[in-house]
Amino acid sequence: MTQLALVIDLNVCVGCHSCVTNCKQWNTSGAAGPLVDENPYDKDPTGTFFNRVQTFEVGSYPQTETMHFPKSCLHCEDPPCVPVCPTGASYKRKEDGIVLVDYDKCIGCKYCSWACPYGVREFDEERKVMTKCTLCVDRIYNEKLPEAERKPSCVIACPTGARIFGDVHDPESTASKAISERGGYPLMPECGTRPANHYLPRHKTSMPIRSEQLYRSDNPLKVDSIEPIPMPPAHEDFTT
Amino acid sequence: MRPAFSVIFLTTLIGAAQGLFLVLYATELAHAEVAASFYIIGSAVILLLSGLGLLASFFHLGHPERAWRAAAMWRTSWLSREVIALPAFMAGVFGYACAHWNGSAATAAIGGVTTVLAITLFVCTGMVYAAIKVLKEWASPLTIVNFMLIGCASGATLASAYAVFTAPELTAIYARAAMALTFAALVGRSAALLRNARLKPATTMQSAIGVRHPRIVQRSQGAMGGSFNTREFFHGKSEAFIRSIKPAFLVLAFFAPLLLLFIGISTPTLLLIAFLLQYIGLLAERWFFFAEANHPQNLYYQTIG
Ligand code: SF4
Ligand code: SF4
Repeated sequence: MTQLALVIDLNVCVGCHSCVTNCKQWNTSGAAGPLVDENPYDKDPTGTFFNRVQTFEVGSYPQTETMHFPKSCLHCEDPPCVPVCPTGASYKRKEDGIVLVDYDKCIGCKYCSWACPYGVREFDEERKVMTKCTLCVDRIYNEKLPEAERKPSCVIACPTGARIFGDVHDPESTASKAISERGGYPLMPECGTRPANHYLPRHKTSMPIRSEQLYRSDNPLKVDSIEPIPMPPAHEDFTT
Repeated sequence: MRPAFSVIFLTTLIGAAQGLFLVLYATELAHAEVAASFYIIGSAVILLLSGLGLLASFFHLGHPERAWRAAAMWRTSWLSREVIALPAFMAGVFGYACAHWNGSAATAAIGGVTTVLAITLFVCTGMVYAAIKVLKEWASPLTIVNFMLIGCASGATLASAYAVFTAPELTAIYARAAMALTFAALVGRSAALLRNARLKPATTMQSAIGVRHPRIVQRSQGAMGGSFNTREFFHGKSEAFIRSIKPAFLVLAFFAPLLLLFIGISTPTLLLIAFLLQYIGLLAERWFFFAEANHPQNLYYQTIG
């Protein structure tokens, strides 16, 4: 069974909102119609987004760390939003695990958004239906796009490579390896939703340097441990 | 959660309608000497209330014209079950009224089926809320019990007011029943209030972003002007307002009606006031029911920026 998902590397996310912008651009231009923007150039702009980048501060000043935190639908393996939907508009695809909303069936009762603990479903005030991240289902299988671009928009946009897309059920995928090798974790595990998306924790970036890397142990001049005598600097007089 | 008036009206109106039906049917089972018109007009009142509730519920939908689709997922969704149970209950009440109109002997049987439908509807309405596990304030059997007790209490108070005009000899017994049910509802609701006051949220800032540090502050929620998430899940009222609405609904929905019902036994004209006060109190009670529920998603939406 396939479960497509995103693995988000909090260690390298710089909070630039590129993924947000590219997500909005792709999803507002699709066949499902634009994602509403109300008062875009006015006071209190608001609109529908499938992906948001939030910022948290961990610790007390001055020992604080800023953490940028992209958040979109986690395509849970046990999605509480799906069984509550009275119309069947919300569903999870068997073939790849993507959770989708059928905009033609949705009655806009918002019940699914109550059941999701993560606040990632957004009701579109213009189309009057529930919307959410589709994992760019209209890109990843799109044969009109070059192979390299058959990835979610956010993944392509991320300048730091903080977003890894792949099948988290395939232990050989880059996504699965990132989770297992770098301590990938799910959000709110106590909710029992088993999110497919995972987050890679931040860690102190360090570079171990061994002395051999500073002093070449195989330096032929140091064969007999006698330091080479520095040559007197060569002089060339260009003034005349 | 943001209290939606469509849902507040839906749940309070159909609760009173179901309660009134149960009282009418109990009256029939007790072989009270009343005219068939008592049941027929009573059923009309029930249909009016539940019809208004149904109408209110449409205002909650983004696409009311597709509402019929909501009956599809009854296997998994309590909301879908409620969508089926409400019209079924109304059909039952209609059948009950018709049977009384025709003087048919089937009234008891139809009433029995409708009683099952009324109780099913109570369970469905309660479960719509109790089934949402992440809303700890709702995810409790008390939610269903209270929907039932409060519905029966307001229905019985309404029955006593209704009897003033149609069967005065029944007002006293109805008022006593309404007092007992209102008292039971008060106990149930207080139990829920006490339970919720002691709730410890299972989800914390730490598990929300996966960082085990005691001090985490949000600096930006990724939107400057708010979003669906800031509108739908916050009641937007001050702490002081929330603190004052609780005693207000306890007085209006429970204590004042109890007193008026008691005096109403001898002064029946007060019974209608008792019902109106109780209904207003229940609107406040339902408002509080929503406002009190603290959704875990709110952890992600604390700071505009
Ligand atoms: S993150 Fe929320 S909307 Fe997405 S699958 Fe999980 S419960 Fe459903
Ligand atoms: S808002 Fe739409 S997708 Fe969500 S539960 Fe209602 S009908 Fe289903």
